[in-house]
Amino acid sequence: MNSDKITKIVLFSVSFIILIVAGGIVFSLVGGAIPSFKTFGFGFITSSHWDPTEGRENYGALPFIAGTLITSFAALVISFPLSFATSLFLGEYYRNTRVAKILGTMVDLLAGIPSIVYGLWGFYILRPFLIGIGFENQGFGVLTSSIVLAIMIIPYATSLSNEIISMVPNDLKEAAYSLGSTRYEVIRYVTVPAARSGIFAGYILAFGRALGETMAVTMLIGNSNIIPDGLFSTGNTMASVIANQFGEADGLKLSSLIFIGLLLFVITGIVNSIGKLIIKKMN
Amino acid sequence: MKAINETENINSRIRKDRVFLGLVVLFSVITVSPIILIISKLIEKGYKQLSFGFLVEKTPDTMEAMTAIANNELIPGGIVNGILGTLLMVAMAAVIAIPIAIITGVYLYENQGKWLANITRNVSDILQGVPSIVLGLISYLWVVKYVTNGFSALAGSVSLAIMMLPMIVRSTEETLKMIPQTLKEAGLALGIPYWRVLTGILIPTGFSGLMTGILLAVSRVIGETAPLMLTALGSRAINMNISKPTSAIPLLIWEFYNDPNMVDMIWSSSLLLMIIVLAFNLTAKQFAANRK
Repeated sequence: MNSDKITKIVLFSVSFIILIVAGGIVFSLVGGAIPSFKTFGFGFITSSHWDPTEGRENYGALPFIAGTLITSFAALVISFPLSFATSLFLGEYYRNTRVAKILGTMVDLLAGIPSIVYGLWGFYILRPFLIGIGFENQGFGVLTSSIVLAIMIIPYATSLSNEIISMVPNDLKEAAYSLGSTRYEVIRYVTVPAARSGIFAGYILAFGRALGETMAVTMLIGNSNIIPDGLFSTGNTMASVIANQFGEADGLKLSSLIFIGLLLFVITGIVNSIGKLIIKKMN
Repeated sequence: MKAINETENINSRIRKDRVFLGLVVLFSVITVSPIILIISKLIEKGYKQLSFGFLVEKTPDTMEAMTAIANNELIPGGIVNGILGTLLMVAMAAVIAIPIAIITGVYLYENQGKWLANITRNVSDILQGVPSIVLGLISYLWVVKYVTNGFSALAGSVSLAIMMLPMIVRSTEETLKMIPQTLKEAGLALGIPYWRVLTGILIPTGFSGLMTGILLAVSRVIGETAPLMLTALGSRAINMNISKPTSAIPLLIWEFYNDPNMVDMIWSSSLLLMIIVLAFNLTAKQFAANRK
């Protein structure tokens, strides 16, 4: 066997590891979730009753699924004006300038701050601030978590839409200028429509990020096993309930937490695939 | 263009244009303000504790901290157990992930358009989107339960390694794609064996790109807390045994957060963590800038 063939075999077999890992993840999550599924069936997803008391153990994931979707969606809504403005700043108004480079670096650094530091900041700085301005009376809950989540996902939403916006052909924009449009009109009627699907995909991927965020949310959402009934309600997300309750878990409870992990895996997988699909369609 | 109101006069259109620009600038400034607010808060509250002792001493227990607070002194001790734990686990994760990821990246680059390569790329992308806490669960199920029979540094490393894998795979492939084909062809034309072309031409040419990817992946996992809570657990002692529970800087921050007596330690630990993460981040940027 010559060396070229060996090289090819090495490349092939090592890269197979990632497929094995991914397969193993699905296999182990499903395997771990089976005891819980056998006990609760699909009722696990629709039941909102989470009670670990021995003897009358009952686990339902609905509060956490709802908590995850509500906080992530609220984060997306809060981050939208910020990241949209930032991507226009970077990709349109100040493209290729020094100030855009500095701002862009700072946005990238936002992605580098560890989740737990965001949590601390939310707890010690943002929470007292929200209480101080009379916005919140306890400071824990969906709103506080969503604001911090919104900051955390800004870099993900911004980087893609900034790139797409800066790729809109100049011909299109110049045509609009020559008709007498102001810059605002060019952005509104030419740039944004042309970049629409890319911007949308960026927000989907950012949403996927928010779904799985753990530490910051765990520190801020209040950790109550109820379906949040508004922005000021406390709650729990799928990720935060795993982080909170894993320590003392075994048996059926552990299996239920793994079941939640499986659901989280599936939901983020679907959301990310939709985002990727939109990007693929664009090219 | 028909949507523009014809009767709208030019002055109001210009005003609208200016207001919009003002809003864009305002919101952009608001967007980046958290990074300044967070870092300045960490410096303001954390610098007092940050000393040489902080880097080389072990975490104090609650009693020592209480006594120090009662006497109005700084809490003694440091976080060397966390620093060494982070070092151990991140280094081990890098050793596991980097070779696999770079070879996979080369494989993807060499097999553009082939179905198995496409599947591998998509799977890698999906893996990148998996929340870190789920990877913690996985490493718990694999390593904690069956390999080390208890919480361990190895389990922490495995969860971090799975996190790093897809990031480095992607950056490797993207880097190699930007290298001119002619370089590789010239090597092959000279009769250099295929593996030497890969290790002697492709990888050195893309070196700074590969480094950027690796450093960014490392900086991303250094601050990870959630997966380590499920795998490495934490420890007050210095531990270098990979099959025993081990601490890490983010795990210590989490412990301090949950212990009212230790609050003062939170900020210095976070400041240190932030400095390390930023150092990796900015070095990665430097490598990326060198390439251009």
